[in-house]
Amino acid sequence: MYSTMHTRNPSKPIASRRGFLKGSAVAALVIGTQLNFAGKARAATLQDPPMPNAFIKIEPDSTVTVMIKHLDMGQGNTTGLATIVADELDADWPQMRIAFAPANAALYNNLFFGPVQGTGGSTAIANSWDQLRRAGAAARAMLVAAAADSWKVPAAEITIAKGVVTHAKSDKQAKFGELVTKAATLAVPTDVKPKDPKDWVYISKHVPRIDSTAKTTGKAVYALDIRRPGMVTAVVAHPPRFGGTVKSFDASAAKAVKGVVDVVQIPQGVAVLATDTWSAMKGREALKVEWDDGNAEKRSSAQMFVDYRKLAEGPGLPAARRGDAASALSGAAKVIEAEFSFPFLAHAPMEPLNGVIEIKADGTAECWAGAQFQTVEQMTVAAVLGLKPEQVTINTVWAGGSFGRRATPNADYFAEMAAIAKASGGKAPVHLVWTREDDIKGGRYRPMVYHRIRAGLDAAGAIVGWEQRIVGQSFIIGSPFEAMIVKDGIDATVVEGAADMPYRVANLAVDWHHVRSPVTTLWWRSVGHTHTAQAAEVMIDMLAHQAGQDPVAFRLALLGEHPRHAGVLRLVAEKGGWGEKLPAGRGRGIAVHESFNTFVAMTADVTVGKDGAIKVDRVVAAVDCGVPVNPDVIRAQVESGVGYGLGAALRNQITLTDGLVDQSNFDSYEPLRISDMPKVEVHIIPSQAAPTGIGEPGVPPLAPAVSNAIFQATGKRLNALPWDFKALKSA
Amino acid sequence: MVALTINKTRHDLDVDPDMPLLWAIRDHANLTGTKFGCGAALCGACTVHIDGQPVRSCVTPVSEAAGKQITTIEGLEGKVAGAVQAAWQRLDVVQCGYCQSGQIMSAVGLLSENKKPTDADIDAAMDGNVCRCATYVRIRAAIHAAANDLV
Repeated sequence: MYSTMHTRNPSKPIASRRGFLKGSAVAALVIGTQLNFAGKARAATLQDPPMPNAFIKIEPDSTVTVMIKHLDMGQGNTTGLATIVADELDADWPQMRIAFAPANAALYNNLFFGPVQGTGGSTAIANSWDQLRRAGAAARAMLVAAAADSWKVPAAEITIAKGVVTHAKSDKQAKFGELVTKAATLAVPTDVKPKDPKDWVYISKHVPRIDSTAKTTGKAVYALDIRRPGMVTAVVAHPPRFGGTVKSFDASAAKAVKGVVDVVQIPQGVAVLATDTWSAMKGREALKVEWDDGNAEKRSSAQMFVDYRKLAEGPGLPAARRGDAASALSGAAKVIEAEFSFPFLAHAPMEPLNGVIEIKADGTAECWAGAQFQTVEQMTVAAVLGLKPEQVTINTVWAGGSFGRRATPNADYFAEMAAIAKASGGKAPVHLVWTREDDIKGGRYRPMVYHRIRAGLDAAGAIVGWEQRIVGQSFIIGSPFEAMIVKDGIDATVVEGAADMPYRVANLAVDWHHVRSPVTTLWWRSVGHTHTAQAAEVMIDMLAHQAGQDPVAFRLALLGEHPRHAGVLRLVAEKGGWGEKLPAGRGRGIAVHESFNTFVAMTADVTVGKDGAIKVDRVVAAVDCGVPVNPDVIRAQVESGVGYGLGAALRNQITLTDGLVDQSNFDSYEPLRISDMPKVEVHIIPSQAAPTGIGEPGVPPLAPAVSNAIFQATGKRLNALPWDFKALKSA
Repeated sequence: MVALTINKTRHDLDVDPDMPLLWAIRDHANLTGTKFGCGAALCGACTVHIDGQPVRSCVTPVSEAAGKQITTIEGLEGKVAGAVQAAWQRLDVVQCGYCQSGQIMSAVGLLSENKKPTDADIDAAMDGNVCRCATYVRIRAAIHAAANDLV
């Protein structure tokens, strides 16, 4: 989610990561409660020796279970992490299993996040790569040593293939399970070396997904499927305006609904508890709540946009400065100006937010959820309940999507379920369930953002200056992530993809206007890149046309210092048929963008109807994400990024009227459907570089590639998202 | 009390007749393969079969389902279902997987009626099933693959 958590060299974590969640920002995590990591065991670092026992369990039946420290919300990291271990162990793929690791920051921290277990920023494979290769290699060495000792043969003569340990000379063979008892008594070696890439048997080749069978038979267990003895279901009436609070409520009608067992006030609203979900929902309908909107957002989003546009007339906080943009623009032969606007967006994962909490007889707590920031969630639940973090067990289960929504810096829905458990006396396990309406109206949106760009060309068509002003909220400032992500007042998650402009522009000024609102916002699959890629890649296309140059040649000429951008751009131009003549009403656009250290370029082919409706027919993508651990999972994630980005750009927006959210469910916030889905081709650049992420980077180039294709087809620029098709209607 | 026949097993459930079938299946019969996505027949995650026909269980009152054969993902069987699930696995369609029970129930419904669906047939039958991971490219390919396997 937050590319600023990465370094260019994933094997060397930056110093600031170590400081994560330390200092004053931590106190803001949970109201009135000091949280810090001081008393905890030291978290693992990339330099630590491998700990195969923490990550790899080999059973007497020879199954190999990889402990997954991350959340798999669909991006396929369970398959990827198991692939890395299977390859180092020379296991047979069918013997591989996975289990989600318990919350334990000392063992299972994300090596890019410091002492915090969590998933985001497309880091699961990247931060685990060395850790699991070395753990796998160590486990393999222990199996070899156990065999050598049992058979009284030199270890160097032992081979392993497809889960069978062999000493050819003495004709001895064993499966892993036969060696584990002895292997477990040996010291974990620290001097192991991962395999040479030429010896890989699974990495960069095809393995079947590890979750396909469970997820096609209804057997995969999500949080919504957790059942505990005596469990009650809770739904919460939240304030209809952001920043509102409960003034008073009347629970008498709600309590009269069959199945309702309790109604309790919590900091987040009023919770209705019932013996099943339907009864809780009916109880909430009967609940009467009077809200205090004194501190709530009462503006309409349209008014907020007017405010944003006015702000952009003046300079903001400097996010990037190269040369002197103002002078360069005043001396330019031609100045092009454009504005780009972006609405609030809900993540709308298929599985609405939910989780189960159970207070044990000894006062400790156990939770089940699609937990994405386990350490933050554990500390938050502990703080609400007055427990120590180690008294809170968190069980991570499969998540039905997230796209950023389950990763909240204040562990929002964990705090909510803990508050309900506390307010209801912890008598019964509580299953907190959000409905789709709660999800769509519930905030934590991709911020509404406005960009204004002025760029100048000289007489030869070269870019001489670029001035970009970005207006939008920060969800980092005031959160525990502030110390790590905000530098000199600039929230990197707002300006990523703009302040680090790859094109050679000598005079660059990128500014940010930090606006505040009670509307809660959050990272949304690819974060700042959701808007900066659209602004940059449409603007560069506009400049290419103004300069009378081919958009690919124009970009390549400015990417001399960025060979990986250029590499994917060249490949996609070739595979996507760049330069071909298309019939009237059709257009092909192109875009390239780096996010989370992964490089993706796309061409998009569109057909525009007489009514202005557009159909995206085909998207071709080229991807450079380092070693492609699971090429088919990478293809799947890019297909997914295309669909996720396209659905939003086609028709999704959250709007407010007098502070009230206008949308409520999949009718007024309609996701992409199968009939909207283009054909997608994904081409992966072979690479020996350390693997980077792929969950998010497929999103950013899609909207600008399609926007540029719409221009090719119609000669019109639709720079605001979602696209306003009325503007494309033939006269 | 409402008597429901789910996956050939009779369940006598103490629920109101207006309770949506989805919640009776999930919260009372404890079959959790059928998912809640929207509660308003807008996403298809809750799709089950009633007498062989795909329906949205989130808007179907249990009173309408009583006395009929209800099939959920856990009870799918037969050649068409086997071909669909095998194709889904072979092509690794799933990502988060949450919508896939509903997708598979709709796909089995389609292939039970139409042995050789065109892309337009697939759009018509599957447009009500939302996948936020956008696994649609592979859903389409898997339906074609299953159709081929059934020939």
